[in-house]
Amino acid sequence: METAAPNYLLIIGGVLFVMLNVAAALIWVERRMLALWQDRYGPNRAGPFGLLIIAADSIKLFFKQDWVPPFSDKPVFVLAPAIVVISVLLSFVVIPFAPGIVVADLNIGLLFFLAMSSMGAYSIILGGWASNNKYSLLGAMRGAAQMISYEVFMGLALMGVVLMAGSFNLREIVEAQRGLWFFIPQILGFVIFFIAGIAETHRLPFDIPEAESELIAGFHSEYSGMKFGMFFIGEYMGITLISCMLVTLYFGGWLGPDFLPPIVWFIIKVVAFLMIFILLRASMPRPRYDQLMEYGWKILLPLTLVNLMITAAVVLWMEG
Amino acid sequence: MELTFYIAAAVATLATILTITRYNIIHALLYLVVSFLAVAVVFFTLGAPFMAALEIIIYAGAIVVLIIFVIMMLNLTHEDVDKEKEWLTPRVWVGPAILSLVLLAELAYIILAPDTQPTEALVAVDARLVGMSLYGPYMLGVQLCGILLMAGIVGAYHLGRQKKKVVHRFLQPKEERSAAI
Repeated sequence: METAAPNYLLIIGGVLFVMLNVAAALIWVERRMLALWQDRYGPNRAGPFGLLIIAADSIKLFFKQDWVPPFSDKPVFVLAPAIVVISVLLSFVVIPFAPGIVVADLNIGLLFFLAMSSMGAYSIILGGWASNNKYSLLGAMRGAAQMISYEVFMGLALMGVVLMAGSFNLREIVEAQRGLWFFIPQILGFVIFFIAGIAETHRLPFDIPEAESELIAGFHSEYSGMKFGMFFIGEYMGITLISCMLVTLYFGGWLGPDFLPPIVWFIIKVVAFLMIFILLRASMPRPRYDQLMEYGWKILLPLTLVNLMITAAVVLWMEG
Repeated sequence: MELTFYIAAAVATLATILTITRYNIIHALLYLVVSFLAVAVVFFTLGAPFMAALEIIIYAGAIVVLIIFVIMMLNLTHEDVDKEKEWLTPRVWVGPAILSLVLLAELAYIILAPDTQPTEALVAVDARLVGMSLYGPYMLGVQLCGILLMAGIVGAYHLGRQKKKVVHRFLQPKEERSAAI
């Protein structure tokens, strides 16, 4: 126990450092990968493999004029982009990256993640409302409806995992996956959580709150400079977070054959999911807004309930 | 833990007062969210982490979002803020203040009276314990809530019922299409 105190600072600092850098690096990774899958070159001029595009992009974001529209609601306008980054960063608190590498081993880890992801909805709503702009408001309304609906299936899909592991603690959930990763018995829950995760981070194909081609940029049309950067970084950290959760809940977290250390297994799995997220963006068309809602409430909700009932019945049967 | 409790309680009180006194309704709702978060911290420090998480997920994460969603559509302007300012005259405060004072006096009496102090020690209430008591002694309450929610769903379904939606004009029945042209 006596080593706990110094370790904490190291872990917190390490997680913050890695997550912010991963979010920045994803700018380059995403653009290169999109280019690869679409038969183009992508950014390849600045530095080796175009890696310096990250520096160029961040410098551009920092030095752009940071304009607060005079017709906006200023305090809310400034607050909104901060909320998404704070809520996503707070979610990383409960993720067990490897045995011992976790900031807070909360007993309600999974619920904490759900709570933080529901707080993330505020940044879209408030950002769009405070901008006082038609397109922003439309984006915010779509975003609010989308995030509230998909949160329901997200939470319900996770309950299957909770039933099988018998705990909300993410470390215990990973430990419970020794022998069989949960994505085999919980394949339905996995697919639904994955879809809901894309909708929660409003990534393509579900980027309906932004939808450049119909709403300009949706809720962040009026944002510029680093305030836009916050939404941008928040989105990248959001997909990293969903990838981490998918790995932790369904793909055995840090578990893997012994020849590599646990943290390496975790990173490999997360990177694989990040690539899937980018591949989805490269290949899928955006559904219409009503299609998204109908798909959610008419297909995903009954499926999650069926999944939950079957899982509960099987768990009861196995126990008794 | 004692100190975090007092800080969170102070934040909750302050945020609630600000919720009541704001003229701009979105700002008021934001303070309400802060108040819910502070109450969640209070639950956490008192040993009810499950309740704390539910407080954030349900109240701060879903209910207030829905309220803001509705208010967003009302298109409030500066005129509405001014109107609100006119309504909130000192005379309005008298009634609620008296009622709150009565409650405050009761609360002070309960805390200060010697024979009403809780004797049992605080226990951490986790998800398992909450579930056990919900599906043990409070089974009836759970069932009543279920019936209420079912009624709500049926009502919402009835209100939202509409004719089969045609997503493209080519999918319309022929006679309707020619009538529309």
